[in-house]
Amino acid sequence: MTPRVIFPNKILPYLLVAPQLAITLVFFYWPAGQALYQSMLRQDPFGLKSRFVWFANFRKVLVDPAYLNSIKVTVVFSLATAIVAMGVALLLAVMAEKVVRGKGIYRTLMIWPYAVAPAIAGMLGLFLFNPSIGSLSYLLRRFGIAWDPLLNGTHAMILLVAAAAWKQISYNFLFFIAGLQAVPKTLIEAAAMDGASETKRFWTIVFPLLAPTTFFLLVVNTVYALFDTFGIVHAVTGGGPGKTTETLVYKVYNDGFVNLILGDSAAQSVILMIIVIALTAIQFRYVERRVHYG
Amino acid sequence: MATVDLKDAKKVYSSGVEAVKGVSIAIPDKELCVLVGPSGCGKSTLLRMIAGLETISSGTVAIDGKIVNAVGPAERDIAMVFQNYALYPHMKVYDNMAYGLRNRGTPKDEIDSRVRSTAKVLELSALLDRRPRELSGGQRQRVAMGRAIVRNPKVFLFDEPLSNLDAKLRGQMRVEIKNLQRTLGVTSIYVTHDQLEAMTLADILVVMNAGLVEQIGAPLDIYEAPASTFVASFIGAPPMNLLALTGGLSGPTLADGTAIGFAPADTKAATLGFRPEDADVTFNAKAPSGALVLPATVEAVEPVGAESFLHCAAGGVRIVMRVAGRAAARPGDQLRVVARAEKLHWFDKTGKRVG
Repeated sequence: MTPRVIFPNKILPYLLVAPQLAITLVFFYWPAGQALYQSMLRQDPFGLKSRFVWFANFRKVLVDPAYLNSIKVTVVFSLATAIVAMGVALLLAVMAEKVVRGKGIYRTLMIWPYAVAPAIAGMLGLFLFNPSIGSLSYLLRRFGIAWDPLLNGTHAMILLVAAAAWKQISYNFLFFIAGLQAVPKTLIEAAAMDGASETKRFWTIVFPLLAPTTFFLLVVNTVYALFDTFGIVHAVTGGGPGKTTETLVYKVYNDGFVNLILGDSAAQSVILMIIVIALTAIQFRYVERRVHYG
Repeated sequence: MATVDLKDAKKVYSSGVEAVKGVSIAIPDKELCVLVGPSGCGKSTLLRMIAGLETISSGTVAIDGKIVNAVGPAERDIAMVFQNYALYPHMKVYDNMAYGLRNRGTPKDEIDSRVRSTAKVLELSALLDRRPRELSGGQRQRVAMGRAIVRNPKVFLFDEPLSNLDAKLRGQMRVEIKNLQRTLGVTSIYVTHDQLEAMTLADILVVMNAGLVEQIGAPLDIYEAPASTFVASFIGAPPMNLLALTGGLSGPTLADGTAIGFAPADTKAATLGFRPEDADVTFNAKAPSGALVLPATVEAVEPVGAESFLHCAAGGVRIVMRVAGRAAARPGDQLRVVARAEKLHWFDKTGKRVG
C-alpha cells in the first residue's frame, strides 16, 4: 500500500478539488437533474404551460412501438459495430505484429483514422456508398448487387455499421497491439514446442490472454456505438429510410429538437443515462478483476 | 533415446551480429550436456537453435542422426524448460501438462494416466487443479518440468531453469533434476551461467565464450586441466589464481619482479596459475625447492565454515587461498604461499594451455 498523504489544512483539499467539482456540477449534475425534472413534465402544444405528470412520459415511451423499434435498431447497430470493429482490428493487429520491416509505419497508418471526426467519417462513407455518385456503390453494382441505402433499410444499416466501425478500428487496433505485446513470447514458443500450430496457438494461448483487452474493448465499443455515433447517423442516414436506422440517441434528438416533444425526449435520455450507468458499472467490476494474469 | 550432434553450427543475425561462431558438439545418448559461459556467450542462442526457435545460419544440427535444420520445433520431438517457466497462466496445472499431448492427438484416457503418473513422480498430484499464479516458485518449476517429462520426448532442453529460485531450493532442484534425468535416461542439454550447477550436473561440460567453444570434456577433467585462462577463471569458485610472467634476465619473473625460481613447463608460458586449494599457506620462512614461493600479505579473511578464503596481495596481483577450517591468519599478516610445481598450470600469450 502507498502511504496516504494527509493535508494538515482542513479547507485546502476542498479548494483543490473545487474546480473539478464545479465542472461536474455545472455540466453533468445540473443538466441531468433538469432532464430528470423535464421527463416528468408535459407541455401544451404552444409551450405556454406545463403540467407535472410523474412517470406518465416513461410509460408512454416504453410502450411506444417506435421506441421499441429504436431499441432493436440500437442493439443490432451496436453489436454489429462492436463485432466488426473489434474483429477487423484484431485481424489487423495480428497481421501487423507479424510484419518484420516497417512495423512503425503500418501502426501509424492504422491509427490515423481515429483522428477523423465521426461526422466526417460518416460523410466519407456516404460519398463512397452514395447510390448515384459513390465509387464503391458503382463497384457493388458491377458485381450485381442492387445497392440502395436510400430506400433499403438493411443496406442503410450496413452502410452505417461500416462507417461507424471504420472509425473505431484504429482505436481497437492500438489496444490489441498493446495486448499482443503483453503476451510473453516464451509462452508462444512453449506452445510451438508443445506441437500447437499457429492457428491453434492463437486460439488456445494468445486469445485467452487477450481476454481482458477484448472485454474492455467490447464495453468501450458498445458505449461508442450506443452514444457516440450521433454524428454518423445524422450525416449518413438521418435515421432513415423510414425509421430503420433511428438509434436511441438519434431518437432523443429527433423527438426533442425536431418534433419538440420535450417530455418524451427527456424521459428517453433518462433511460439512456441508466443504461450508461449500468454499462459502466459492469465494465469496472469485470475489467478491474480480470486484467491481472500470470 | 537420441543423440544430438552439432556440426559447425553458426548463428548470424540480420544485423550482422555473430552470436554463435561455429560450434561442434557430439552428445551421446542419455547424457546430460551442460553449456556454461558468461551472459552473451551464445549459449542460450545455441540452445534455441537446437530447439528450433532460432534458424541455423550455417552448419547442421542433428537429432537422433537426422538433420533437423529445416524441421519445425514441434516436429523435433523435444521439450524445453524455460527460465521463466512459460506456464500458460489461464490453464490449470493439469491442462498445462496435457496441452502438448492434446496437440498431438493422444487419446484422452492415455493423457489422463500420463499426466497423473508424471504428477505423482514430481509430487504435483495435489496441485493439478490450481492455476500457475497460485503456485510457489518451486512448484511452478516442477510443473514446467512435468510439462516436459509428460511428453516423453527424445531430448530435454533446459534454459537456466533454476535461476529464478532461491539458493536453498536451487540446491534441491539441482539434485532432483540430475536424478530424474538419470532415471528417465533422456538426452538433455542444460544451459546455465552458474559454474557450480554446471560442475555438479554435467556428464559433458561445454564451456563457451564469445560464441565459441573454449573446452569440452568431463567436468573434473576441465577443472583439473583447463584449456585456457578463460576456462581456468570461469570454472571453480573461487577461481584459479592467474599470474602474468615477464621474461627476466635470470628466468621469468612475476609482475612485481619476484623471480619464480625455476623454469616453466613450456618456453612459451606467459601466465602461470594455481587453484586456491593447491597451494599451502605457511608462516615458515624456509622455502622448499621445486615449488613456487610467494611472499603474500593477507588483505581479507572470509570464513565460510568448513573452510576459509584468504584474499592476499602477492606477486603484484590479488590471489585467493582456500584453507581448511578457521584461518589462523589476520588481515595484515605476512605469510608465504607455496605451490608445488606439478600443481601449476601454464598458459601462453593467447591464453592457451601449454606444458
